[in-house]
Amino acid sequence: MKIRVERDVLAEAVAWTARSIPARPGTLPQLSGILVKTGADGLTLSGFDYETSALVTVPADVADDGQVLVSGRLLADISRALPVKPVDISVDGAKLAVTCGSSRFSLQTMPVDDYPALPEMPAVAGTVDGQMFAAAVGQAVTAAGRDDMLPVLTGVKVEIEASTLSLLATDRFRLSLRELEWQPDQPDLTATALVPARVLAETARSLTAGGELSIALGSPGSGEGLIGFESTASGGNRRTTTRLIEGAFPNVRQLFPATSDITAQVDVAALIDSAKRVALVAGRNTPIRLTFTDGMVTLEAGNGEEAQASESLEATLSGGDISIGFNPTYLLDGLGAITGSHVHIAMTQPARPAAFASMSGTDASPDLDFRYLLMPLRMQG
Amino acid sequence: MRNQASILHVDLDAFYAAVEQRDKPSLRGKPVVVGGTGGRGVVATASYEARRFGVRSAMSTAEARARCPHAAFLVGRFDAYRATSAAIMTTLRSLSLLVEPLSLDEAYVDLSAGREKSDLTSTELVGIGQELKRSVEQVTGGLTASVGIGSSKLVAKIASELRKPDGLVVVAPGQEQDLLRPMPVGVLPGVGPATAERLRRIGVHTVAQLEQVSEKELIRTVGQVHGASLYSLARAHDPRPVVAEREAKSISVEDTFEHDLVDPVLLASIVDRHARSVCQRLAKARLSGRTVTLKVRQHDFTTSTRSASLIGPTDKAAVVSRIARGLLEDIDTSGGVRLLGVGVSGLADWIQDDLFSDDEQDYAASLEAAVQHIAVSHQHTGSHRTRWAPGMDVEHRDFGPGWVWGSGVGRVTVRFETAATGPGPVRTFAADDPDLARRPTVGEEEPVVTEGIPGASGGTVPGHLAEPGHKLPAPPGP
Repeated sequence: MKIRVERDVLAEAVAWTARSIPARPGTLPQLSGILVKTGADGLTLSGFDYETSALVTVPADVADDGQVLVSGRLLADISRALPVKPVDISVDGAKLAVTCGSSRFSLQTMPVDDYPALPEMPAVAGTVDGQMFAAAVGQAVTAAGRDDMLPVLTGVKVEIEASTLSLLATDRFRLSLRELEWQPDQPDLTATALVPARVLAETARSLTAGGELSIALGSPGSGEGLIGFESTASGGNRRTTTRLIEGAFPNVRQLFPATSDITAQVDVAALIDSAKRVALVAGRNTPIRLTFTDGMVTLEAGNGEEAQASESLEATLSGGDISIGFNPTYLLDGLGAITGSHVHIAMTQPARPAAFASMSGTDASPDLDFRYLLMPLRMQG
Repeated sequence: MRNQASILHVDLDAFYAAVEQRDKPSLRGKPVVVGGTGGRGVVATASYEARRFGVRSAMSTAEARARCPHAAFLVGRFDAYRATSAAIMTTLRSLSLLVEPLSLDEAYVDLSAGREKSDLTSTELVGIGQELKRSVEQVTGGLTASVGIGSSKLVAKIASELRKPDGLVVVAPGQEQDLLRPMPVGVLPGVGPATAERLRRIGVHTVAQLEQVSEKELIRTVGQVHGASLYSLARAHDPRPVVAEREAKSISVEDTFEHDLVDPVLLASIVDRHARSVCQRLAKARLSGRTVTLKVRQHDFTTSTRSASLIGPTDKAAVVSRIARGLLEDIDTSGGVRLLGVGVSGLADWIQDDLFSDDEQDYAASLEAAVQHIAVSHQHTGSHRTRWAPGMDVEHRDFGPGWVWGSGVGRVTVRFETAATGPGPVRTFAADDPDLARRPTVGEEEPVVTEGIPGASGGTVPGHLAEPGHKLPAPPGP
């Protein structure tokens, strides 16, 4: 193998591929490697940890074909540190030589035969704007569970209903629902997939450069469930697949109350600042209490002798007065995912869930593309 | 130090045994031992008649049987003890606003709280003590208590022990040190066998000798905090206040088995049952908790505890159960388990409910079904515990209420008597006699409940009835 590739192109491609390399490959040391291979389109790099696969193709001048498996961590560290000059890569016996300017690196290679075959990319189901998808995923994952004892809740449920793509996540205590437009290949497509939340968030963030993002879904019932993403940008073509989570995601859409007796509209930036201050005195198990009355919301936290805090903000109210307590972290997570200038909070009772939505200005109607449902903390007894 | 004797300590005499003698007239005046009756049981309380034969609390039941073979050996009836205790505590609260229960049968009262005339004479204090003893006897149906009154918790507690049973001792202000000096150092809170041994090595046996030791040397001998505390206590300085509301640190339920259990399905269902008991206790105490602890004692007595914390506090049995089951899965139980416990700590007043409350109810219902299934299968497989435990309350369709006198080889012997009847007759039935049933207020399944009580000291500690080798909680320094 003998190739020449641009330093920035190489460094970005290696860094992206290295994301799916396991930190502790355990009994499979070959998984710590990146497979470097030449092809008709240039240079391909791939990584795999049996859950997620990554494959990137970048333009390169290929003088001599070949493939080689080298330590992904070392290759990433080296390519990031190289000077901005063309990089020459060649195989010399059992070593991979990386030359850039006057820098020369020689890396031990691993047997290519031991490297597992990457899963086939499923058929493309449709396309979506990469930037918009990444932002939507970022909102949805706020409510995803982190408890490995409930693996189903560590996923984001992707629901496709024709041109509407929905992302749902819940950790039992809050629920997020983000709906966005996309372009399915078949206009009447219906499909679902349960994707690990952490992987989905990282993947979406790493595929924003190309504009359009293709989403590929394994046909349901055919062996192992896979979801694939593909994006083409100036730096080359990136494809990634992730194994889906098995199990039934709870039916959560109906948890959003159809009607609400009480609604409040509050400037979201002011509310976040205020909640952060008041939360300083809230203990691990104690709430921030929000009391809505007379065009005001009063935030309070702390009890007993140790410390207390309170702060009031302007709020537009309809319906009766209400006092409701939330876990401070959950409240701030939800408010942080609101993109508009104001948050619309719909409530019924102090012990029933409250629904948060975004608004652009107090006169606008709530934007229901993103909704966050939060179960309040309830006083025992 | 307070300059008046305003702290009262009350301690019921041989409480569990006395309740048994009250409810079982034929046992009055006879040796009674309450505790674990199985192979590894320990004595929780012995009546004074049994103590004459050398039976003591925390002794193994096997040793107690050897010392006093003709005693009645009974399992505990915690519902009866709790009900009696509640009546006692109500009586104490009529005496003062400040009542600090240490256990079911022991409490401190601050007599100065809410009283206009705070300067009580010794004669008045004796009157208060006598009146209290009369009230306790009345509300408990004849139980005796020992009462000590002094200027501190330390003095009041020591005073209540001086003339046990049925004693009343008032230590006038200024006489505290005269009382303490001749006593062994072991009377001071925090001086257990280990500290007593360290003090013995520097030639200290009595409180008077302890008083002679410099603070510096004490700290060198037993450590900084403990040393400073002992230096004060040796001078009868004990400023600890009576604290009315004691916050429970944790709520737990555990069970020792007659035979080691191996079946993982059975163990998991016992975890479920414990989780439900814990959560009932939580709900009763209006608390929630976020850390779940599982305690497992293996066949070889090695004991391990594992815990996991939830994101938010809960009082839901299904949630506690799920966590505890997960912890159980991480422990190798193939060798057999002799004790299994589930506890909840990180207690809070708030509950993070989850959005799927309906699912939770379904889950709770399925748990219920599973537990019932287990209960049934126990009876089929020859239960791992005795069905008719000695002392248990039963009721016969024809003969009325009574208690299990003994059982074995397919028969059960019942004495038909109650607190109100006087000694009654004995009858023997087949163990599966359909006319014989347990009386509902009492259960052999009664969970062992340990609510962490800081400052609890000495005496019988409820909740360790079936557990050998437990440690009494050490009292904190002043």
